[in-house]
Amino acid sequence: MSLQPFTLVTGKAAPMLAANIDTDVIMPKQFLKGIDRDGLDRGLFFDLRFLPSGAPNLEFVLNQPAWQGANFMVVGPNFGCGSSREHAVWGLKQMGIRALIGSSFAGIFHDNCQRNGLLLITLEQAVLHRLAQTISQADQAQISIDLEAQQIRLADGQLIPFQIDTLRKTALLFGLDAIGSTLQRSEQIKAFERQHLTTKPWLG
Amino acid sequence: MGQGGWLGWADPVERARNKMTARTLYDKHIDSHTVCALDDQGHVLLYIDRQVINEYTSPQAFSGLREAGRTVWRPGTALAVVDHVNPTTPTRVATMPDAGAARQVAYLAENCRDFGIELLDVLDKHQGIEHVIAPEQGFILPGMVIAAGDSHTTTYGALGAFGFGIGTSEIEHLLASQTLVYKRLKTLRVSVDGELAPGLTSKDVIMALIGQIGASGATGYAIEFRGSTIDALSVEARMTICNMAVEAGARGAFMAPDDKVFTYLKGKPRAPRGALWEQALRQWRTLRSDEGAVFDREVQLDAATLEPMVTWGTSPDQAASIGARVPDPQHVSDLILRQGMRRALDYMGLEPGVPLSDIAISHAFIGSCTNARIEDLRDAARVVRGKQVADHVRAMIVPGSTQVRDQAEAEGLAAIFIAAGFEWRQSGCSMCLAMNDDVLAPGDRCASSTNRNFEGRQGAGARTHLMSPAMVAAAAITGRLTDIRDLGERP
Repeated sequence: MSLQPFTLVTGKAAPMLAANIDTDVIMPKQFLKGIDRDGLDRGLFFDLRFLPSGAPNLEFVLNQPAWQGANFMVVGPNFGCGSSREHAVWGLKQMGIRALIGSSFAGIFHDNCQRNGLLLITLEQAVLHRLAQTISQADQAQISIDLEAQQIRLADGQLIPFQIDTLRKTALLFGLDAIGSTLQRSEQIKAFERQHLTTKPWLG
Repeated sequence: MGQGGWLGWADPVERARNKMTARTLYDKHIDSHTVCALDDQGHVLLYIDRQVINEYTSPQAFSGLREAGRTVWRPGTALAVVDHVNPTTPTRVATMPDAGAARQVAYLAENCRDFGIELLDVLDKHQGIEHVIAPEQGFILPGMVIAAGDSHTTTYGALGAFGFGIGTSEIEHLLASQTLVYKRLKTLRVSVDGELAPGLTSKDVIMALIGQIGASGATGYAIEFRGSTIDALSVEARMTICNMAVEAGARGAFMAPDDKVFTYLKGKPRAPRGALWEQALRQWRTLRSDEGAVFDREVQLDAATLEPMVTWGTSPDQAASIGARVPDPQHVSDLILRQGMRRALDYMGLEPGVPLSDIAISHAFIGSCTNARIEDLRDAARVVRGKQVADHVRAMIVPGSTQVRDQAEAEGLAAIFIAAGFEWRQSGCSMCLAMNDDVLAPGDRCASSTNRNFEGRQGAGARTHLMSPAMVAAAAITGRLTDIRDLGERP
């Protein structure tokens, strides 16, 4: 499956700075019962986005006019911790989120984002804090992310550089199919496997 | 480049130094499973020996294979089990609680049949929670690398294997190629020394560690646990520690395998036998970090000073010893931490300063891949023997596997629980994540032997306090969070 390439994306960035936002909060259990990826935009942050009555919770950032339809979120430390459920990432994508900017991300969530073409940007705490302050002002919420140049451009023209592994960057820029790339190495895998199972036959 | 460089060899001095370089147990696992390096930034193509598959994180992976016309690389290295969505009613039924769950279970069966993967379905006598049955069946062996679509795959570190959780896209990648594109982690050594006081368990050790280093304290790391406390623990007790290491952010948790591990594995249904066992054993005895191996970080934990732990908040690191009081956010200077505490206390319905042992519960749950093995049930049974569950408490025991359930019945533990007023249920993940019909109502407060106290984890608006199974048993009896040592019973 090829992914939508990420090159230069412009949109609103919504702040959600609480620590340890876990994948249970991002995608609650009742939305995990499918055998496809459909309809997960409805479940995203469900208990935060909706009141018990079913009406939108207007206090939640993505329900506020300034950040409705955001393409990015600026998030707190350890975002995506907990369960491995990839449904959390599918839900974010279906809501139109193309990148998350934070100070640290949980490991499995990080890999899930990468495999779905969702860019994660990790910034130093102080830099993140300044970015969060800027985009928390309704008229400053618009930003652009240029992956090729590894830069975030703020509404006031300020540029924030970011780091990313070349391998991850290439996959995102071109929307590469990871399985297809790996299977091009089938002969190498087979050779490794033969040797591995010869030296450790109990693994066969 | 040294003199040997033009021949394609590293500089001889460099080579000698590398040979001399002491490696960690993590390094040995990665090195021995690396098909090839993918760049010079630590990415490798990593060969995976085994995977465990469940009904809820795998459907889209199989659909992906079908759509691309791909096959499963080595179907014999995968074992599938139904555990997350099945009901755990006291009498086993194969009917799923809702249409979505039924569809997932049916699709798993179809996928296993079409791709040649062994399935333990809900009626199988070996059914159970994936991380309980995989060790129980001898499916996990020292030195293996295992990946599975469940974050608690770290459990297998207790057997000297390297297990880590992956998402659905990675499951598909693994099914198709037996490999993953993997980036090497940093290493953290946690030394746990000292004798645990009576009444304390390995759950208290890992909860104390998470409290000490935080919910992201080990993010980006693989942990190796060592020390006299770890050596003294049983293999099952060690599994609890490795299981919950992910709650500190660790993407893997190791313990060097010792004779206890080898004794645990010997004779298990899928463990090697005869000459193959002897050959394996010789290799397994080499599975330890080399003397002088350097870890990126070191942490010490003094087990002798620990007290029974409980969580008061909505993140596993919001924990304290049972003798403490609900903390006051006003005393925390970090803004994000303070706001997080306020939100947690609001969600949990708790006021700062209240003694934790004054908190009344409505539910008690013993279950999950963290703490529902036979030793956990023995601990709990010792506490409840001859006592009664408090009138206002609904208490449930969901064994980690059907085999654990059968064994507990044979040992007379089930009779003790039933006489005390516990529900004695069938195996599954159940109320640990409440994907099936075992769900708490808003405002319910549960003493739970599970691994996550997240908002809504056991049901929207429900409140979870994590603790050891013995502590859950004590809370079920008194109806409030209770210091096990006050009951005069020792697990």
